[in-house]
Amino acid sequence: MLKPTARMSLRAGVASVAVASLAACGTASSGSDTEAATEIGDAEGTVSILAWPGYVEDGSNDPTVDWVSDFEEATSCEVVSKTYGTSDEAYQLMQSGGYDVVAASGDLTLRLIAADLVSAVNTDLLENYEGIFDFLKDKEWNSVDGVSYGVPHGYGANLLMYNTEVVDPAPTSWDVVFDSASDYAGAVTAYDSPIYIADAAVYLMTHEPDLGITNPYALDEDQFAAAVDLLKLQKESVGEYWSDYLKEIQAFESGDSVVGTTWQVIQNSISTGNTEVVLPEEGATGWSDTWMIASEAESPNCAYMWLDYIASPEANATATAYFGEAPSSEAACDFRDDCEAYHAGDEEYASQIWYWTTPVAECVDGREDVECVDYAEWTKAWQEIKG
Amino acid sequence: MQLGPATRAVLGIVTTVTLALIYLPLFVVLLNSFSTSESLSWPPPGFTLEWWGRALQSTGALEALGTSVAVALAASAIALVLGTLAAMALSRYEFFGKEAVNLLIVLPIALPGIVTGIALNNAFRTMMGVQLSVWTLIIAHATFCIVTVYNNAFARLNAAGTRLEDASMDLGAGLFTTFRLVTFPRLKSALVAGGLLAFALSFDEIIVTTFTAGNGVTTLPLWILQNMFRPSQAPVVAVIAVILVVVSVVPIAIAQRLTAKDAATVSR
Amino acid sequence: MTTHRASAFLAPRRRLQVAGLLTAPVAWLGLVYVVALAALLITAFWTVDGLTGQVQIQWTTDNVVEVFTEALYRTVTLRTLGIAAAVTVIDVLIAIPVAFFMAKVAGPRARHLLVIAVLAPLWASYLVKVYAWRALLSADGLIGWAGAPFGLDTPGYGITGVILTLSYLWLPYVIMPIYAGFDRVPDRLLEASADLGARGGITLMAVVLPMIRPAIIAGSIFAFCLSLGDYITVGIVGGTTQMLGNLVYTNVGAANNLPLAAAISLIPIGIIFVYLAAVRRTGALRSL
Repeated sequence: MLKPTARMSLRAGVASVAVASLAACGTASSGSDTEAATEIGDAEGTVSILAWPGYVEDGSNDPTVDWVSDFEEATSCEVVSKTYGTSDEAYQLMQSGGYDVVAASGDLTLRLIAADLVSAVNTDLLENYEGIFDFLKDKEWNSVDGVSYGVPHGYGANLLMYNTEVVDPAPTSWDVVFDSASDYAGAVTAYDSPIYIADAAVYLMTHEPDLGITNPYALDEDQFAAAVDLLKLQKESVGEYWSDYLKEIQAFESGDSVVGTTWQVIQNSISTGNTEVVLPEEGATGWSDTWMIASEAESPNCAYMWLDYIASPEANATATAYFGEAPSSEAACDFRDDCEAYHAGDEEYASQIWYWTTPVAECVDGREDVECVDYAEWTKAWQEIKG
Repeated sequence: MQLGPATRAVLGIVTTVTLALIYLPLFVVLLNSFSTSESLSWPPPGFTLEWWGRALQSTGALEALGTSVAVALAASAIALVLGTLAAMALSRYEFFGKEAVNLLIVLPIALPGIVTGIALNNAFRTMMGVQLSVWTLIIAHATFCIVTVYNNAFARLNAAGTRLEDASMDLGAGLFTTFRLVTFPRLKSALVAGGLLAFALSFDEIIVTTFTAGNGVTTLPLWILQNMFRPSQAPVVAVIAVILVVVSVVPIAIAQRLTAKDAATVSR
Repeated sequence: MTTHRASAFLAPRRRLQVAGLLTAPVAWLGLVYVVALAALLITAFWTVDGLTGQVQIQWTTDNVVEVFTEALYRTVTLRTLGIAAAVTVIDVLIAIPVAFFMAKVAGPRARHLLVIAVLAPLWASYLVKVYAWRALLSADGLIGWAGAPFGLDTPGYGITGVILTLSYLWLPYVIMPIYAGFDRVPDRLLEASADLGARGGITLMAVVLPMIRPAIIAGSIFAFCLSLGDYITVGIVGGTTQMLGNLVYTNVGAANNLPLAAAISLIPIGIIFVYLAAVRRTGALRSL
């Protein structure tokens, strides 16, 4: 669905120059070594990992949830981890340095690569890389010019959830949260992030073909304005925006929300049994996360060992199951009994997902005659939509 | 003042209702800690002791508690020293710029936490080039804690007057001896109260903490925030909250006793 | 002994004593806080690289102009001010009778218990309390359930929910200084007023209120300032509402646009300076 573009490297190049010149002012540090390693040496003793909550669990939060201890015993690399709440917070933390490994979503990876904060990864050194689904490898959010910048971890779609008692007939289209949202005024919910504008764009791709949107992350002025207008209209029916899933689960269980975007794990956690999820006919946005290595990693060997370990079927299965997303390999499904619910390995299903990508001025769909609206503008527009 | 029985009753009722309202949400938290619902849904669908078992086994929560206590102690200690010095200066001396110093002390608590947070984050990382750590967190917390110590100490110094200190000096005691033997003993309970408030302020702070804590530094509020994003951890957090409220009664009660007794001897 | 000598040297030199006392606190607050704050405000006049989010030292007034001209910021500022003012008024109105009861009506033993009862909830973690309010305000929550027989419905998630939750969170911070204020009013004074023929109400208005005004204002500073900067509560119980804190947070946390975040910060900083300047004369800053 998404092809790596040659322009990526150009963009990365331009950005590195900017970063390097900034370093002189003392407001940034430039990466010195982004060459991939050629071999894995001895363990350095510790590895510092930055990840989404639930990605690096060592049993300290719940003794039964632990896949870090096995790694520590096997490699003698002690894991120190920090979690972050949004991709943007992660970017800020990576800038401040001190991490060897980061788990990054597609709306973060390109920024990390462009700012020289992560280095290329030599996947030949990783035993478990081969087993990973091909449709996750060498994508435009985890590679540049065919050079891999990390190992895919897990992926999922931003699905449509609805209350079966209220929303009837069962929806098959996103129009229940857009053009027909007023039917459920006050009980519609949406993901609270500028990246949600892409969900509106996915809808417009089908319903307003004249706009000519071919990629929801590459919107020119007119396309962007149409998406924003759609969301402003939607806002009148929205009860609340959600970003943490505790809030979302509670809202659907209590009936405060009856229809809106969700994740599969939220559906799995809802105990009242009156909700369903569907991947609507227009397709959906989603995420595919990547384990990356910091360009200034102090423990590159342990970092490689972690990347290999977390891609191994059992560890990958445990971690992705705990977080609630599809694993990255077929073999991992041997260790999970819910792969079907997540459509793991279903290439046809995966092809309907538009994975989060950072919107930048240079259109990611390859258009050269127009400028696309960048993420800073998306953020501004999102605030205006919320009013 | 002569209050009619009706007025007293009305005041009593208002107070009782207010306290009931203050404890109602906490009661909900208590119920949630025994609820089978993982998302704190109301009403609780069933009863379980699972969360209490898991909370008591959670080394993550315990470590976070340790970090919070250590940070709050260090921040309070710094605030105690700086707050006392400032209170002595402002209550005992006249000098130019007094108002400005007073404003300076109040500002960190008056400005929104997020402004303080991003300002300090920016200063530490880009201006000084320091990596965030537990030390940057302590510095940040101490900064907004000074005011509580200062205010308590200032009020006490003003109420106590300077007669005893003057007498001490007249009798030949030096500045430091006078402070040690006369001023400090009378200030002690105010410092306990101020220090306790500083401790509480630091202990539950989340916004400034988000922006100034380094890698691997997890205070209890940060731990709670992170666990709100993990599957089925919300009731465990409710357990921790219940334990905190119950345990906190002890230090508050002790400080209460100390201050009340001392205040009585000083001002009356 | 050196302390002796230092003492003898310092005793007649008041200026040196002041300098000795003030150097450490003023240096700390100046170096740590004022410099950081000033740097942030300067950042408001810089720009940011779109893709990498790096701050670039390139002078511009765009951010500040944007913040002061665009309707979005005006709307959100007014909404935030309204919420903060409502929270302050509610808290002060509740705190005055409660604090008065604690200080002047309750016996010494009850007073101790009341102070503990008011302070203990402060330890129950801000986040946990906000989530508890989320449960209370929900469509099938306790408020809706208890109000149903009277034909009342829960206000749900939105501005009203935010005002209720914030009033709840900051109430102890408002009660305590007002309680301390009442506590400082000598009983003798009240008796004298009564002896001179003033009735309860008059004593309260003419004698007590003027004396505790600084304490009330001190309490209001807590409620007002803490509400003005909040963004977490509004995210949990605010429905689609956003406040100034959210705008700052989104720009620094999500958009990585520190200059714009700094420019938006100018609004609450300005409001608080005006507020502090207005209450400065009352001596309230010393009763916090």
